[in-house]
Amino acid sequence: MGDTGAAAATSPEEQHPQKAFGWAARDSSGVLSPFPFSRRQGPPYYPMCFADLPLFLLYDSFFRATGDDDVKLKILYCGICHSDLHSIKNEWQNTIYPIVPGHEIVGVVTEVGRNVQNFKVGDKVGVGCMVDSCRTCDSCNQGFENYCPKWVLTYNSIHSDGTVTYGGYSDVMVVNKDFVIRFPDNLPMDKGAPLLCAGITVYSPMKYFGLNEPGKHLGVAGLGGLGHVAVKFGKALGLKVTVISTSPNKKKEAIERLGADAFLVSRDPEQMKAAAGTMDGIIDTVSATHPVAPLLSLLKVQGKMILVGAPEKPLEVPAFCLIGGGKSLAGSCIGGIRDTQEMIDLAGKHNITAEIEIISFDYLNKAIERLAKNDVKYRFVIDVANGSGGGVAHC
Amino acid sequence: MGDTGAAAATSPEEQHPQKAFGWAARDSSGVLSPFPFSRRQGPPYYPMCFADLPLFQLYDSFFRATGDDDVKMKILYCGICHSDLHSIKNEWQNAMYPIVPGHEIVGVVTEVGRNVDNFKVGDNAGVGCMVDSCRTCDSCEQGFENYCSKSVLTYNSIHSDGTVTYGGYSDMMVVNKDFVIRLPHNLPLDKAAPLLCAGITVYSPMKYFGLNEPGKHLGVAGLGGLGHVAVKFGKALGLKVTVISTSPNKKKEAIERLGADAFLVSRDPEQMKAAAGTMDGIIDTVSATHPVAPLLSLLKVQGKMILVGAPEKPLEVPAFCLIGGGKSLAGSNIGGIRDTQEMIDLAGKHNITAEIEIISFDYLNKAMERLAKNDVKYRFVIDVANSSSAA
Repeated sequence: MGDTGAAAATSPEEQHPQKAFGWAARDSSGVLSPFPFSRRQGPPYYPMCFADLPLFLLYDSFFRATGDDDVKLKILYCGICHSDLHSIKNEWQNTIYPIVPGHEIVGVVTEVGRNVQNFKVGDKVGVGCMVDSCRTCDSCNQGFENYCPKWVLTYNSIHSDGTVTYGGYSDVMVVNKDFVIRFPDNLPMDKGAPLLCAGITVYSPMKYFGLNEPGKHLGVAGLGGLGHVAVKFGKALGLKVTVISTSPNKKKEAIERLGADAFLVSRDPEQMKAAAGTMDGIIDTVSATHPVAPLLSLLKVQGKMILVGAPEKPLEVPAFCLIGGGKSLAGSCIGGIRDTQEMIDLAGKHNITAEIEIISFDYLNKAIERLAKNDVKYRFVIDVANGSGGGVAHC
Repeated sequence: MGDTGAAAATSPEEQHPQKAFGWAARDSSGVLSPFPFSRRQGPPYYPMCFADLPLFQLYDSFFRATGDDDVKMKILYCGICHSDLHSIKNEWQNAMYPIVPGHEIVGVVTEVGRNVDNFKVGDNAGVGCMVDSCRTCDSCEQGFENYCSKSVLTYNSIHSDGTVTYGGYSDMMVVNKDFVIRLPHNLPLDKAAPLLCAGITVYSPMKYFGLNEPGKHLGVAGLGGLGHVAVKFGKALGLKVTVISTSPNKKKEAIERLGADAFLVSRDPEQMKAAAGTMDGIIDTVSATHPVAPLLSLLKVQGKMILVGAPEKPLEVPAFCLIGGGKSLAGSNIGGIRDTQEMIDLAGKHNITAEIEIISFDYLNKAMERLAKNDVKYRFVIDVANSSSAA
């Protein structure tokens, strides 16, 4: 179980008073099964002086279930990210079982704490990969909570109260207001869910590295859950977008359905040579081991290639591929909360959604199996509200 | 000889009318020996209408030796860069023999073309790694001539007239005015020479990647010709500078002589661990194959490590070392002309010079041997004016 801190003292069912129901993996087989647990509640509130408060507030102080700064939401949809797969199988050697995955969460607000002004009951909201951070470090101050050393991930992470966090494969969630994303009214919630992780993962580096200026030429390496969203954001931002893939048969899809301007088969040296030195930047979403030198050759001078997929083996990078043209090979890990809001607002404006296959919890383990074989176009999304029938749903 | 274009048609002595004398390598042994050659002259100038010109200008039109946009200079000092060694031994498989190396050149202007307003006879001037570029591409327009695909290097490159360029291991040079650098009066010319390559090579990425803001923490990996200059520029810019080296015995020198704030032995895991996540950027000057993951671990989140030395074998870069903290591994290749002028002006302001060992041409081949063994602190500089008498 590792150092789960206070979490080990009581069972997940007993830690908090707000009952929840989800699906969890219990061991590295990664098999998910129904899992009753609990979500946190706010501490009782004792005003400095009771006499100062009108009666209804006094009542509220003691009986409002949700913490002062928390938002409680009923989860409607949750996307299945590749990280979920890695986590439930303990492939990163840091899994705390039982684990409830899911960090592409959308739902509806059902209660708000007394300090919450930016959300009200009934609002559509989203939660991504993080639920808290230190709020004081340089990264937090600059809006990059994703690089805060004390960030709290949405699942498989230890919260400041010592309990383990549980993700979105569940019916209800309680999240600090600063980590709740306002969801645009016009976006379909099921297709919007994957943007909370896949969307921000590609949008953040596009913004940070200046690849969001109209007319620039963006390469997108790999056309999966991340890549297909990168193409859509690239086009919405007015870029020329070229998909780089090992599979020639993805060309039609990339251009006709996703709107890419061009398609390069990375295994075709002729095509690659013809495109050398043409791209301002590349978002490399490929998580299988792959040669990066041919991709770097596609960059213009001072171009930037950003890794968002993490192959297990070290990449082989010839130094002259970077030095000759003053190029950069960078990495990027999701994105900050402010950028996440900006990303989803942009998605709302341009009607950007993920291409999804919707499933119920009954199909969850099968979906995970298919995901391991990359057999999905392009993201599974769990229909939580209509598919949690393995147990009794609570609100 | 390769595709030397028009250069092959006539001998180097005959191509141009301005006689020059230098030292050249003739083959991949890399041995340098005296080499008479020639530098270019401007084409005769025919005014639209002779009647429009006063007589003295008419005379000038026909007889001024230096091209309209050119600066002619007497070379006084030239630094010896590691690239010179690679080039004369044809280690990059692109040497055009005979090759006259040298791209850390300082001297005095002896003649200027009619369009040259920014230099006059007697001015101290410098020439770095480039002598021309296309001037129209995006890189040129942004002041990054160093990334122009048509940039003409100071030696072993083909100029627009088809001739091969010859570098600073020689007594005189003719260079387009836009690629001549003004040298601050207070800088000693011999010690300033290496800045024209080593200086700009470290200064350009510091500027481009925002590592020039006071208070930032810069790591300098490797303490050779490039590294020792990086330390000095870092301190002049108000940075905290930590030298990262495999050699513990360089610590005293790094801190006491060069002014570094701290010293890290890269082979000491304890020291490296203690310094993890503390640096805004690292200039990696190491050209031997070396592990980069430990260096990347020294960076703060969103930190940048810039390679300016090029190991032969590919670097092994674990993706998570970059992704976890949003870090960048970049490369940088010298710098643009505007930045070179800015760099040397900054050097003048803060009295930044290279640590050098001065030699004459007689010692040139021996110096090359020693350089190959890294046996120099930190840069050889040829005293051209006082030693070219072997002619």
